[in-house]
Amino acid sequence: MQYLLLIYENEAQAANRGQAGMATMMTEYRAFTQGIIQGGQFKAGDALQSTNTATTVKVRDGRTLTTDGPFAETREQLGGYYLIEAKDLDEAMVIAARVPTAKYGSIEVRPVMVFN
Amino acid sequence: MDSAPSRLTPVTARTIEQVFRTEAGRALATLIRLLNDFDLAEDALQEAFAAALQQWPSHGFPANPRAWLVQVGRHRAIDQLRRQQNFERKLPWLVIDAAAITLDFPAEDEPPVADDLLRLIFTCCHPALNLEARVALTLRAVCGLTTESIARAFLVSNETMAQRLVRAKQKIRIAKIPYETPATDQLDARIDDVLAVIYLVFSEGYAVTTGEDLIREDLCTEAIRLARHLISLIPGRTDSQGLLALLLLHDARRAARTTNSGDIVLLEDQDRTLWNQLLIAEGVALVEAALHSPQRISWYAVQAAIAALHVQAPQPALTDWPQIVGLYEVLLRLQPTPVVELNHAVAVSMVDGPATALNLIEALAARGGLSDYHLLPAARADLLRRLDRHAEARDAYLQALALVKLAPERRLLARRLAALDEIPRAN
Repeated sequence: MQYLLLIYENEAQAANRGQAGMATMMTEYRAFTQGIIQGGQFKAGDALQSTNTATTVKVRDGRTLTTDGPFAETREQLGGYYLIEAKDLDEAMVIAARVPTAKYGSIEVRPVMVFN
Repeated sequence: MDSAPSRLTPVTARTIEQVFRTEAGRALATLIRLLNDFDLAEDALQEAFAAALQQWPSHGFPANPRAWLVQVGRHRAIDQLRRQQNFERKLPWLVIDAAAITLDFPAEDEPPVADDLLRLIFTCCHPALNLEARVALTLRAVCGLTTESIARAFLVSNETMAQRLVRAKQKIRIAKIPYETPATDQLDARIDDVLAVIYLVFSEGYAVTTGEDLIREDLCTEAIRLARHLISLIPGRTDSQGLLALLLLHDARRAARTTNSGDIVLLEDQDRTLWNQLLIAEGVALVEAALHSPQRISWYAVQAAIAALHVQAPQPALTDWPQIVGLYEVLLRLQPTPVVELNHAVAVSMVDGPATALNLIEALAARGGLSDYHLLPAARADLLRRLDRHAEARDAYLQALALVKLAPERRLLARRLAALDEIPRAN
């Protein structure tokens, strides 16, 4: 069963992390990613550029509307994701709790829909 | 308690209903394991119950009603799956997951039945479900209450409650919440989740409402039954023993807590001969065992110890208030919530006098704690009254009256306010 772990974090706070903080975070993420690759749970994962590079596109009445920025203004922004394989929600939750950002931000665990 | 009905028990719709209520949780738990599907298992159990209502009156109670319900439910589920497969064969474009449907269930209803119930309890109380959903699902699946009675107990419409249950079961299925007991390293946290659900079920039942409402008493009974189940399945834990003690010691005073007209009788005014001494003895024994255990001290056990000191006093004046204050201080260290602070202050007033307690409460209020909780101004009012500051007490009672939600509590405050006006002014 696949789950998408959506990594949310307050971007403004993340930007103030400083070089040392950034380096620590990268080390933690490398270790975590290595861990789930070795555990066979890793399917995919990426970090995203910040929301000030985001563009939202929608089509209404055949017209494409484009706006600068993310779809919704929220306290925490989507900053990255992992696609994982887990036995059940309990296992997915344990992995989500190990994502380094879980200590400052939050990790949304979403089961992936399967079409037959 | 869970024993089979005797041969002499008359087989009526009512006694069948009673057997069903006792066995429903365990039977459902086993069916979920056998069928690997919550909804299918629920339907199967309903059908088995319908069959029981038809067959038991003429055949008598089966020797093992639970095994009977599981057996019949399983057959009904197999029939349903066969019909579904035929249907899907006729309409191939509708086939969703035919290959996954298996008809070869384990032949015997093998022993891990106790584990089944535990699995069901942990699934229903899973932290990935919201608290309302956990409570509703536990009452429905583990306690076998109908959707209608749960809706009535929580003052929501049948549709709202049905929706809540459907959504919870959907999440279990789609997000794949496991039907398993948690891993050892998660057991403490997960048991906490279960205890929170049991405590909430009890509190909901214990809240004083207008008039007699048997459904609410039912909730207290179900909460106690759940706590007993949990203790029998995972024995030797002071947190669950503490919770059971707390529930028993509260429940022991049930008959004395309200008048026939549904008015609240305060602890110090209760007729102590109405207290249930059997429940008190059991509760006190559990508290003592929990407090003398080397395990981490549990919040519920400390609460229960406070309740025990209250019910052990032969008359209100003999209550061991210094020890109660001490226990509230332990609670404040374990879980410093504003409600605990308020109760601590009230206990302090019985040891160090109302002036000291008033300072504590004013400090709590100044920090903005409990700003919309009627018991804060109510407690302030009582202290001010004891200090003969009647004008201020009056204002505080009026503040409390503006915040109070339940009718019996409003009447209690109104009575206290009226009594205040009868006291001759000292100044």
